[in-house]
Amino acid sequence: MGKHVLVLADVREGKLRNVSLEALAAARTVSAGGTVTAAVLGSGAKDLAGTLAEHGADKVVVVLNKELDQYTTDAYFQAYKKVIEEVKPDVIFTGHTAVGKDVSPRLAARLGLGLVSDCTQVELDGDKIVFTRPIYAGKAFVKKVFTEGTVFATLRPNNIPAGEPDASRQANVEEVTVTFAADSLRTLIKDMVKKSTDGVDLSEARVIVSGGRGVKSADGFKPLQELANLLGGAVGASRGACDSGYCDYALQIGQTGKVVTPDLYIACGISGAIQHLAGMSNSKVIVAINKDPEAPIFQVADYGIVGDLFEVVPLLTEELKKLLADQA
Amino acid sequence: MNILVCLKQTFDTEERITIENGRISEEGVEFVINPYDEYAVEEAIRLKEKHGGEVTVLTIGPDRAEQALRTAMAMGADKGVIVDIEELDDAVDEHTIAKILHATIEEEDLEYDLILCGSMAVDDGSSQVGPRLAELLEIPHVSTIVKLEVDGDKVTVEKDVEGDLEIIETKLPLLVTAQQGLNDPRYPSLPGIMKAKKKPLTRLELDDLDLDEEDIKAKTEITEIFLPPKKEAGKVLQGDIPDQVKELVQLLHSEAKVI
Repeated sequence: MGKHVLVLADVREGKLRNVSLEALAAARTVSAGGTVTAAVLGSGAKDLAGTLAEHGADKVVVVLNKELDQYTTDAYFQAYKKVIEEVKPDVIFTGHTAVGKDVSPRLAARLGLGLVSDCTQVELDGDKIVFTRPIYAGKAFVKKVFTEGTVFATLRPNNIPAGEPDASRQANVEEVTVTFAADSLRTLIKDMVKKSTDGVDLSEARVIVSGGRGVKSADGFKPLQELANLLGGAVGASRGACDSGYCDYALQIGQTGKVVTPDLYIACGISGAIQHLAGMSNSKVIVAINKDPEAPIFQVADYGIVGDLFEVVPLLTEELKKLLADQA
Repeated sequence: MNILVCLKQTFDTEERITIENGRISEEGVEFVINPYDEYAVEEAIRLKEKHGGEVTVLTIGPDRAEQALRTAMAMGADKGVIVDIEELDDAVDEHTIAKILHATIEEEDLEYDLILCGSMAVDDGSSQVGPRLAELLEIPHVSTIVKLEVDGDKVTVEKDVEGDLEIIETKLPLLVTAQQGLNDPRYPSLPGIMKAKKKPLTRLELDDLDLDEEDIKAKTEITEIFLPPKKEAGKVLQGDIPDQVKELVQLLHSEAKVI
């Protein structure tokens, strides 16, 4: 029997996040011939319906209140709750993003649902949906299933491939209306300070260039940033680099900090403490650049260069520029 | 101001994971306060030092978890509550934990103006219990905070949003979850450790709480625990650095096909 799957789409700066398209692909798989509905919030929501349809949504539910243009817990909670109550899905998927992490547990608590967070794989085993998720930041994994109630899961970005868009697909757009009681929006965003590098979020970056203590200073990150910019990637860091004050904790990758799985991870001057390895060793391809040939990072690296990052990284940027120019 | 901190005892992040009889082995493992919860404890103590009041630390766990509460009390928390749920065995998920925390707070009359939790635990890493608890208590929450200021019942927080910062105003009562960067937790002092031994600790079991078995029953279950495939050490390139770099670019392009 086909399932009705609801995808709560995540929008950042007016654009659908890739993880929402990945969630649609997962939704199509588990719906097994059932219906996939996508929900998207904010006054520009209708403009995103086409993309959602092309990636697998049969129906798109929009909530257009301007209070939803910027994420706040209470407004999104109320809107999503209303959508879930109207759509009555068997399964709910959303991204394990700042929004998904913040609102999903609250929804689950209110609706009395289980929630499996940060899934890296979703499979169908007969009628059961089986989720795979990391524990101990990827030092181990578990498979989880639901024993009762609506299935609800947040999916880690960059792990489930988004399908190719199908331009012939179209979806009905339905509007759900929500009225916010005056005292029901209890947190107020006064200001927003942009700190992330060039808008490439670590959790969704295809390429990450990461620096450790070997980077030696905040300035030492510059060649890493240049390399990341060239490849459309993001810069990350080890705890050592953050503790030394070379960069913001927001960049930290590891068991404390972010767990990342990019296609390419370039570790520069990172020795590879177990906590750091937990956060990045499931990356698809790992390059290690370190002066110390005994550094543990080489044990998880696909390719290693024993050398000074300040010599290697700029050369690498130059060589890659040549390659990219040849390809263009 | 009354502050409640919910914390979890976890493996030290240095620990490697081994699986025995389908479970994570705890043999020889060193336990610590979950690092994110440690930021929560530190922040609570700083607020108490500034505004006065009392800090209560609450945990769910086996006997060994008392150590985590004693450490928090050695840092400066005033009293502790531990709920032993070993009788549930492994039939526990985030829904269960949030329900039990909620019941404990209500039935033990744990007074709070502010509740602090870690933004995630370094073991299960699901980031659920804080927001779930806030919903059950019908109070607002702000997750992943890196700065917190309280002035009367007015609260200003800075929230980490995937690297960007939101400055948010709200009011007590409130639940916040601590992100890395919030503070630098203190080490317990020797007099602190001595004092902590005498601070009040309430031990509860499930039977002490008025809970319906059905109501706390886990909605999800683990069917398998496994280790990731061991990564083979790859190629360490040889030769002059410029040649190595050229070779690396070729390998990334034609062998790994990521460029």
